[in-house]
Amino acid sequence: FNVARRFLSQETRSKIQSAVSSTPVVLFMKGNPEQPQCGFSRAAVKVLELQGVPPEKFTSFDVLSDPELRSAIKEFSDWPTIPQLYVDGEFVGGCDILLSMHQSGELEQLLEKKGVIPPLEEAVPEEHKRASESS
Amino acid sequence: MPISLPDLESAIRAAIPVTHLEIIDQSSGCGENYAIVVVSEAFAGKTTLARHRFINELLKNEIAQMHAFSQKTLTPKQWEDQLAKGSA
Repeated sequence: FNVARRFLSQETRSKIQSAVSSTPVVLFMKGNPEQPQCGFSRAAVKVLELQGVPPEKFTSFDVLSDPELRSAIKEFSDWPTIPQLYVDGEFVGGCDILLSMHQSGELEQLLEKKGVIPPLEEAVPEEHKRASESS
Repeated sequence: MPISLPDLESAIRAAIPVTHLEIIDQSSGCGENYAIVVVSEAFAGKTTLARHRFINELLKNEIAQMHAFSQKTLTPKQWEDQLAKGSA
């Protein structure tokens, strides 16, 4: 296994830097949203879907089709696993974090704050709360 | 070199006070796949991301060998709350 390539070239670093800010929401995953190739990636896609992230604000990168990207993104984010979510150019976390932020409401807050999704009307807090408590 | 669960456990226990620890081997034909639950006072005041990065750093070498890894990091209080709610 090629451990020697542990540093990122400036070129790769800036390529990834522009990738993570290309749209408000960027997901590095295995496979693509229509055909995820891994349960964790599938879960991440589902969560974003449930949050109503609009397609024009979302980009996904398939690390399985790009082995260089697969190792480079782990270096760049300093995070060992895929999927990886970036919102507004900032690393948010992997599947575990995404799921727990989804359940706690933090993810919705973040997406609203960053203008990715419109804020929910105050009129339906009960319904919404119920939905996020079912597991 | 296959990952040793006792090693994972002792690495964690050596680094932080552990109230509760679970290491679940979810490996299937697909490769080594582990899920851990760590309950520690050391996580208090840290964001989830910071907690996960901490564990990632601690178990860096082992995680690099795993095919998949997931973690739940809780403070003792959060753990108790979860148990009380019946969702573990």
